[in-house]
Amino acid sequence: MNPEPPIPLHGEPRLQLLHISKRYPSVLANDDVSLVVRPGEIHAVLGENGAGKSTLMKVIYGAVKADMGEIMWNGRQVDIPDPAAARALGIGMVFQHFSLFETLTVVENIALSLGGEFDLASLAIKVSEVSKRYGLPLDPLRHVYSLSVGERQRVEIVRCLLQNPQLLILDEPTSVLTPQAVRKLFETLRQLASEGVSILYISHKLDEIRELCERATVMRGGRVTGEANPRQESSASLARMMIGRELPHCEAPVFEGERKPLLEIRALSREPDDAFGTRLSDIALTVHSGEVVGIAGISGNGQAELLAALSGETPVAREMVQLCGEAVGHRDAGARRDRGLSFVPEERLGRGAVPAMSLADNALLTAHRQDLVRHGLRRFAAARDFAQRCIERFDVRCGGAAAQARSLSGGNLQKFIVGREIMQTPKVMIVAQPTWGVDVGASAFLRQTLIDLSRSGVGVLVISEELEELFEICDRIAVLAGGRLSPAVPREQTNAEAIGLAMSGLFAQPTPESTHAA
Amino acid sequence: MLLEPRATPSRGMRLAAPLLAILLTLGVGALLFIALGKDPQEAFHVLFIGPLADANGWSELLLKAAPLILIAQGLAIGFRARIFNIGAEGQLIMGAVFGGGVAIAFQDSQSAWLLPTMVLAGAIGGALWGAIPALLKTRFNAEETLTTLMLAYVANLILSWLVSDPWRDPGGMNFPQSVMFGDAALFSMLFEGLRLNTSVFITIAAVLLFWIFVSKSFLAYQVTVGGLAPQAARYAGFPASRTVWLSLVLSGLTAGLAGVGEVAGPVGQLNLNISPGYGYAAIIVAWIGRLHPVGIVFSGLLMALIYLGGEAAQMALQTPAAITGIFQGMLLFFLLACDVFIEFRLRKPLEKRRAAALARKALP
Amino acid sequence: MIEVLIPILAGTLAAATPLIYAGLGELVAERSGVINLGVEGMMLIGAVAGFAAAVETGGGAGVGFLAGAAAGTLAALCFAVITLSLAANQSAAGLALTIFGIGLSAFIGQHYVSHSLPGLKPVALPLLSSIPLIGPVFFKQDMGVYLSFVFFGIVWWVLAKTKLGLMLRAVGESPESAHALGFPVFAIRYGAVLFGGAMAGIAGAYLSTVYTPLWVQNMSAGRGWIAVALVVFATWKPGRLLLGAWLFGGVTILQFHAQALGVRLPSQLLSALPYIATIVVLVLISRDRKLLQLNLPASLGKSFVPGR
Repeated sequence: MNPEPPIPLHGEPRLQLLHISKRYPSVLANDDVSLVVRPGEIHAVLGENGAGKSTLMKVIYGAVKADMGEIMWNGRQVDIPDPAAARALGIGMVFQHFSLFETLTVVENIALSLGGEFDLASLAIKVSEVSKRYGLPLDPLRHVYSLSVGERQRVEIVRCLLQNPQLLILDEPTSVLTPQAVRKLFETLRQLASEGVSILYISHKLDEIRELCERATVMRGGRVTGEANPRQESSASLARMMIGRELPHCEAPVFEGERKPLLEIRALSREPDDAFGTRLSDIALTVHSGEVVGIAGISGNGQAELLAALSGETPVAREMVQLCGEAVGHRDAGARRDRGLSFVPEERLGRGAVPAMSLADNALLTAHRQDLVRHGLRRFAAARDFAQRCIERFDVRCGGAAAQARSLSGGNLQKFIVGREIMQTPKVMIVAQPTWGVDVGASAFLRQTLIDLSRSGVGVLVISEELEELFEICDRIAVLAGGRLSPAVPREQTNAEAIGLAMSGLFAQPTPESTHAA
Repeated sequence: MLLEPRATPSRGMRLAAPLLAILLTLGVGALLFIALGKDPQEAFHVLFIGPLADANGWSELLLKAAPLILIAQGLAIGFRARIFNIGAEGQLIMGAVFGGGVAIAFQDSQSAWLLPTMVLAGAIGGALWGAIPALLKTRFNAEETLTTLMLAYVANLILSWLVSDPWRDPGGMNFPQSVMFGDAALFSMLFEGLRLNTSVFITIAAVLLFWIFVSKSFLAYQVTVGGLAPQAARYAGFPASRTVWLSLVLSGLTAGLAGVGEVAGPVGQLNLNISPGYGYAAIIVAWIGRLHPVGIVFSGLLMALIYLGGEAAQMALQTPAAITGIFQGMLLFFLLACDVFIEFRLRKPLEKRRAAALARKALP
Repeated sequence: MIEVLIPILAGTLAAATPLIYAGLGELVAERSGVINLGVEGMMLIGAVAGFAAAVETGGGAGVGFLAGAAAGTLAALCFAVITLSLAANQSAAGLALTIFGIGLSAFIGQHYVSHSLPGLKPVALPLLSSIPLIGPVFFKQDMGVYLSFVFFGIVWWVLAKTKLGLMLRAVGESPESAHALGFPVFAIRYGAVLFGGAMAGIAGAYLSTVYTPLWVQNMSAGRGWIAVALVVFATWKPGRLLLGAWLFGGVTILQFHAQALGVRLPSQLLSALPYIATIVVLVLISRDRKLLQLNLPASLGKSFVPGR
């Protein structure tokens, strides 16, 4: 379309946002935000969850309409009513949650967002060309459901590149990548910038931004709280701008009690029920009292399947899961809870809690074991009381026990669910993505809560995509990749580099643990 | 798109929606009568006021409301769990066939046990016919929507075969109908000269039981969780297959009871007209009653009135019986439309801009 | 033997025709993510409208088809407004449409109970009809049957080969993603639902103006529901839908020839065959969860409200 994008005069902004405001029914997502991006610049938008970054990007991409403010594009005021208009201007966006269609092929997905003639064969050739040129290998004829998360991101990026964008927006792109893949992505982005493409890079990861970006706009609570050259800032000073104080840290004391095996996974293998699922093969791991064990890895590598197998949502063979010495692999989630297992899933609304029910009713979901039901009848006052105690003890900000689960913010709902499970005095607690979408303060609280729980003699297993989080709270870390689990290594004996290698599946299996089990 | 989600669902709208739907239905109904050249005021009088002018009218109203309320109680449990049994008509027929079969087999019996046996047989027949789709759903993942409905057609054909061949009344001039049941096989009348009979107590008992079940029991809570958030139910360890069985067997059972109530009540035999579509109308009753045992009582009475009015209009206004179906369909249609405003409201772009402007003014 | 077979097979094709129309329409609607359980009601409305138009104008089945399509579209429009614009529960709304359609068609149809129409004469296609067996089965049919082949071809081509088809499939899988990409999700879903209504209307009109050709209350006798089941059986693929429709046409026809074939079953139980076959077929296809999951439009039955 534009073989040679006109390179504007040095310094003339490519994109200028002036006083953008956007209000949702319950929150002012963007409050008088202004921003300047120049050609060839890699510009970071930094802020924690809920700071308003994603809304701002959607305004630029035409997916959300701002209530007030102006957008200037290459010096002209423009109106961007929809994503098609944004693409026509030369704005491409790679979403955090991908907008790909699983049952279509790569090339069909790309064809959908391109205008012009509908010719899949010649488009497939173009896709291959572009993907080679920017080091993003792709098979255009594969179905998306068969791709890994990283490959899906490549599809999104290639899709944008085929439209010769002048501005590329990436929303938290590295959460789905191994450290090595992050480095590859940065190379691609620098190559694009050197060709004159402006890049808006949205993230909450300070180290990445300091490595990649020349300028950063920091947001907090919907407002711009600062602009900086991230290379001249320390992580601490960026964090102050981002959250208004130093990043909080957790305390992990030494466990004094007896170290007993509580949860043992023995040679666990399972075919997925789901057509898009991952096969688990020969997984072995032991979680002891007094420790936090972490499972790193990118979602889609068997995390969902492993969690369901451990929680009992999809039972497996009897011997594959041992809880406090009893084989429970064949039992369902309720029976495992009766035996001291607690579980906090990654989906809070719809799985960990029923969105349309009150917190008191949601307490009943798993805590009915706490004498909230007698003779098959519900004890309403007892459930309210339980929910109220949970709210107080775990500092859940909400409208009381009668508030609907869906009215709570992500962090507060997570505190409620974690609290509900802890108050049932579990022997083993499994938590998936404990701080996804949770603000920094609540994250620190949740992490400390999990450490304290383990030190009281509980075995805690955490599955997370956030490496920093795992290094902060875990005593041992394993990696799940392609449905296989690497041996759990003490935190002091490993580092991000080694974990990253394991994420790409480079580790030895079977592990000593699984041979022992067999 | 005109909608935006409300911050919290509107309680007022939850109660107002059925009333609004009734008003809309009446409005469109009035237009329909005008189009037919009838005076809508007169028509509505014939439809909704006339039938209740005397004791007989009230007796008929309760007689029709009883099976509707009974079936809807069972269906509502399933709908809470998002188990969409739309073949209650078939379960009703099988209840009638089982119960009626007992009456035919023991034609000459005067035993006081005959009627209770028929009731039991009818409950079993309906429950069995509900159990088939439950089995197909839990074992083979087959959609209950389609299987329940297909089985309703099959039940109707089985009834048709029975009354035109093995169970046909030899003295019935070749009509497809069974012998008339003896007194011991019939519910006794409550009042002299009125058709209302003791089967209404089955419905009253059912309303009480279902009310306790829904509002107090942990099992009903589990069923509701399964409907609102299936993943949460699996997470909590509430077995999905138990919910399927419970929903379909229970709704089959209530429909089967209603079937016995008809053949051992106003119909008095097995023939091809044992139900004027009660099994389908009960779906609407359950929905309009907000799936709540007490709400269903009111919506069941309303639906019975529509049936009565349809019959009255047939005689007084020469409109066809089909008018009942038109009103039923419209009522559900409008209710679904009004229900949307429980969770959503119409978008007000102007108000939002004003809010944003205020927010901006508040800036330093 | 062939002499016995040809009328059975030719009859099978005719019996399958309303299922092909209604099934294709429902298939397109479901591919866009909307399940419309009102097919039975739309068919009946189409049947009565088509029959009435044909009788009143004397214009024959052609006018009947047009009137049926228009009436079916109108009925589908009511459904679309409340399920798409107002995001109401699709299953319940479809059921309401069916109940309404049964009532409305009986109401209008009471004036036409004693009328009859000439139907359509079979047209032998030159050359093609002289192929042994295949010729008399496929190419000595009425225009309604041929038209259903044309629609089949169009639907297949659009879904498999065009960008519109790709967009339809995309919307059916994830309206949220499609919206994020800037597709007109509502326009596409409205289009698909209205097309489904038009096709169900034609299916009904074919029944009342060609197949029977009489108006009988409730004459679709569950064919609308069978069409919905066929779409599942077809795993949302037009080719398999065609095969499924023929299979059901065969089952329907078989009951009329059962006596001649020496089957001694009461006629009512033979009439139950298509319904039992529907259940059997559903069970067979639904057992394979992965097959269903790979083909099921992922958003089927779920309302879409942008920004929720």
